[in-house]
Amino acid sequence: MSKPVPVPTTDTAHYWQACDGEELLYQRCGDCGHVQFYPRRSCVSCHGANMTWLPSARRGVIHSFTIVHRPPTPSFDDDAPYVVALIDLDEGYRMMMNVVGDDRASSAIGRRVRVVFEERAPGRKVPQAMLEAAP
Amino acid sequence: MPAEAFITGVADTPVGKLPEHNCLSMQALAARDAIANAGLAPSDIDGVLAGFSFTQPHLMLASVFCEYMGLTPAFTTAVQSGGATACTAVMLAAALVESGQCRHVLVVTGDNRLTGLPPGGAVAMLAQVGHAEFEQPYGISVPAAYALVAQRYMRDYKVSPEDLAAIAVNQRRFAAQHPHAHMRKPITVDDVMRSRPICEPLKLLDCCLVSDGAAAVVVSAREAADPSRHRIAILGTGQGHTHEHISAAPSLTHFGCEMSAQQAFARAGTIPSEIDVAEIYDSFTITLAVELESMGFFKKGEAGPAAAAGELSLTGSLPCNTHGGLLSYGHSGAAGGMFHVVEAVHQLRGQAGPRQVEGAELAFVHGDGGILSTHCSLVLGQA
Repeated sequence: MSKPVPVPTTDTAHYWQACDGEELLYQRCGDCGHVQFYPRRSCVSCHGANMTWLPSARRGVIHSFTIVHRPPTPSFDDDAPYVVALIDLDEGYRMMMNVVGDDRASSAIGRRVRVVFEERAPGRKVPQAMLEAAP
Repeated sequence: MPAEAFITGVADTPVGKLPEHNCLSMQALAARDAIANAGLAPSDIDGVLAGFSFTQPHLMLASVFCEYMGLTPAFTTAVQSGGATACTAVMLAAALVESGQCRHVLVVTGDNRLTGLPPGGAVAMLAQVGHAEFEQPYGISVPAAYALVAQRYMRDYKVSPEDLAAIAVNQRRFAAQHPHAHMRKPITVDDVMRSRPICEPLKLLDCCLVSDGAAAVVVSAREAADPSRHRIAILGTGQGHTHEHISAAPSLTHFGCEMSAQQAFARAGTIPSEIDVAEIYDSFTITLAVELESMGFFKKGEAGPAAAAGELSLTGSLPCNTHGGLLSYGHSGAAGGMFHVVEAVHQLRGQAGPRQVEGAELAFVHGDGGILSTHCSLVLGQA
């Protein structure tokens, strides 16, 4: 059993295509300026259908995290204990990612991270977070 | 405004390991007993609301259940709101009888998710509430999602792991006094703290059980409910919704339970301090702490210390989850939330035995679906 591989929808195909080129995109409403994640066809704030794509600087801060000792499926057994975190990107949106890297156990609320990419399957990279050097 | 909808019958099956049963056989047992408990015959039931099942999932579970039991109601549908399913279905049943569309609505829930699935099956299936593209690839589970809430909540409101552990200890004490409870062996704060880590800061004894079991209630219209029997009034109902996926939640400290409870209290014309007994969804210790504090029973950060001080016990200011809750009584899918409803009715009828809150007049019941995503509150009282 292998880890879940994201299957793009018509809303998210452009996002995942960019990830494969190691670019992280997010959406901003062309009508009201609302920033949103995950990608959707229309704006959750004004419901306009004029969403624009912008590249993220791929930097953010840990809003919360957990160290998972008991994975939901055996495909994650080799990773346990692993870190699941909610990351607030500097552009004003939130994503779930794993904090990866040898120092992941030092994860803490407020720690800054940068986004890297993990090749989950051929042609399918998923964003992940790595801790920035402690201040 | 006088109540127009009444709970007239309740029943539940044993909980725990029931390998001799399947989902539908347990549901039919609970339904039969709830109808009898209401003093009715199956032919009196003109509305049927069913929940969902992991072991016998079906596109039309309510129709399947009615066929299995030989019921031909005027109205039936399934309700799927995760842990809020039971309260939501009771709210919907109340609306059906209040609007005159039904006289007696059977609400039935139950699943054999312990023995009817392979080991770990329930945890794996529940993880599918995570977003397929933006959460599941990261190994999210329901405990992990609640742990994200716990970590942030504990930091912002200075809640300690021991505070949360006190909630689990209180509920096990109640479960020890319930002959049907899945887990009855008393535990201490130390036991909780030393139980194995699941998703930090949550440990095994911070997490609910996986149980087989079923429960059903009958909701009747005022003119249809026999006044000579001990019927329980549905005084107020409310809901609140902010998100489904935890990564899309607007906050990790404020949730839809605030709106849900406020609505139910307002409709019932009451306030939290007047509630005699509370049966509140407790998938994890953090779940109950967040809900109790969001809904106005305690200030932020004070639910855990209140549990440690005995305030949630039989002699405290708010006896809470007097059957033991999902943490110790049992959790059988949609029936998990229905056990809370059944216990509230037992309390209001004075039938809770050693767990009885003396003179209970007003009960509050709450269900939470997803990751504190969808909420439904009920205020129940004497007719």
